[in-house]
Amino acid sequence: MIRTLPQSNTFKWTYRAYVTLFFVYLALPLTVVCLMAFNDSVFPSLPWEGFTWDWFFGDEAPYIGVFNDRSILRSIGTSMFVAFWVSLLSIAVGTTNAFLFVRHDFKFKEFFYILMLLPLIIPGIILGISILVFSNAVANNLENATGMWFDGLRPGLPLVILGQFSFIATFATLVISARLEKFDRSLEEAALNLGATRMGAIRQITLPFLFPAIAGAAVVAILMSFENFNTTLMLVGSDAPLTINMFDRLKLGSTPVLNAVSLLLIVVSALLGLASLLFQGREKSN
Amino acid sequence: MNSAQSRLSLLLLFTPFVLWLALLIIIPHIFMLLVSISVKTGVREYVTGLGNYMVFFTEPLYWNTFTRTAFMSISATLLTLLIGFPVAYYIAKLTRGRTKTTLFLMCLIPFWVSELVRTFGWMILLRETGVFSSALQYFGIVSEPIEFLYNDAAIMIGLVYTSMLFMVVPLVTTLDSLDDSLIEAGYDLGGNGITVLREIIIPHAMPGIVSGCIVVFMLSLGNYLTPILLGGKDSLWFTGLIYDQFITRFNWELGSAFGFLLLILSSTIVWAGLKLSGQSLTNTVGR
Repeated sequence: MIRTLPQSNTFKWTYRAYVTLFFVYLALPLTVVCLMAFNDSVFPSLPWEGFTWDWFFGDEAPYIGVFNDRSILRSIGTSMFVAFWVSLLSIAVGTTNAFLFVRHDFKFKEFFYILMLLPLIIPGIILGISILVFSNAVANNLENATGMWFDGLRPGLPLVILGQFSFIATFATLVISARLEKFDRSLEEAALNLGATRMGAIRQITLPFLFPAIAGAAVVAILMSFENFNTTLMLVGSDAPLTINMFDRLKLGSTPVLNAVSLLLIVVSALLGLASLLFQGREKSN
Repeated sequence: MNSAQSRLSLLLLFTPFVLWLALLIIIPHIFMLLVSISVKTGVREYVTGLGNYMVFFTEPLYWNTFTRTAFMSISATLLTLLIGFPVAYYIAKLTRGRTKTTLFLMCLIPFWVSELVRTFGWMILLRETGVFSSALQYFGIVSEPIEFLYNDAAIMIGLVYTSMLFMVVPLVTTLDSLDDSLIEAGYDLGGNGITVLREIIIPHAMPGIVSGCIVVFMLSLGNYLTPILLGGKDSLWFTGLIYDQFITRFNWELGSAFGFLLLILSSTIVWAGLKLSGQSLTNTVGR
């Protein structure tokens, strides 16, 4: 079953048919989501009532398009705000973690490394409730002790950001560590010999080398944050990010405006995904 | 670098690591454990005990939902492996160059999109007024609309679809590293397709299989969107119970106990998977 070995034609064509079928299966749901965004009907379902742009640009009820739907636009803004902070925190901690695990030896390093991986194997909804329980307890105690209000510790965007950051940081650490491991330390030593300070050498030599990985990790963090649902669901307050807003509408039944949003999401995430691959490609060619 | 400087930089790097892990992972889980073992006896009065866990074991609905979720997640994992393996093998071994990159990318793209959008797609396909039902009517195979949504098969389709990437990518990576000459040697030594698959390909792909299965199982077990949207109100998924206790009924004590049980189940299966296959967490998930 490799290219160089002859195979019977029946086998070869059955195999190809299977793989083709697989890709049809992968493409089907996304294709129908996109097609229904142009259906001139108030329900995202068949029959096909004709082509329309109303679900993007419409401004007359019930034909309210994405670009005129305030609550959708606001939730996109909320998601971007969350994604920005999650990505920033994740690459910051990811970078320091990478230096910690690649450059240093310390007691129980193996153990700490496994701890670092833990967020990957904890279901998202449990990360959410544990942070909810903890922050609520802290808020109650602080409020009893001081008599002030600590809204940041109640369900809301700060908690959503922390919840997503709690596991996305692990991904960032893995991506950045992989790159740091390939770094040739003699370059840094050369800079030190030429009179650079330690921080100077890291800033001038090591960080530029790490840049593709850091940028790639930032893009991946943005994607993961944008599409996160489970952790966000447990920590969200009154400002709903896009996925939560869409979920609420989906449960109630909505017009194809959701298809239009989804189409935009598909385009943007495909572009971002390709961008992150491009960063990784640059990383390989270096 | 002298040792004082080294110790300082170690300390500086350790601080964010410890803050992150302690404040967002470890301490919250300890709190969740503490809440799960406090039983409400009156207004703002609690005693420590295993009452919440007893509720779980004595109420058949909770217990059945738990085993059902576990069983369906395991089935979804195996199904994903069965469907994904031939495709991963095809991409890794039977294509090369540009075709390989394109096929691999085609596998990746659907998964950069939010799970919500993917599930929405399946709702449009499966619902009573959806694409499949309309197509069947159009071709005269059935005369009435059929509801394909809101049953276990729909949940299964959604779970398998949504986890496929996490199976295919590690499989392609490990199969890619298998030298073609080993397969050739297998055939030269008189093996047939099945023995080569069993003796050479599968043992080599084991790290990929294990890491794929672990991730898919975990994602299915902890999934909320797919079972709720595709399975409807009676989907009986354990994460749905946790959500109800926390958000709808505001019974955080019972909800925390449920959360802990789910965590124990998922960790046990991950641990057992690693032990059975002789792999470690670092070389499966942590790559």
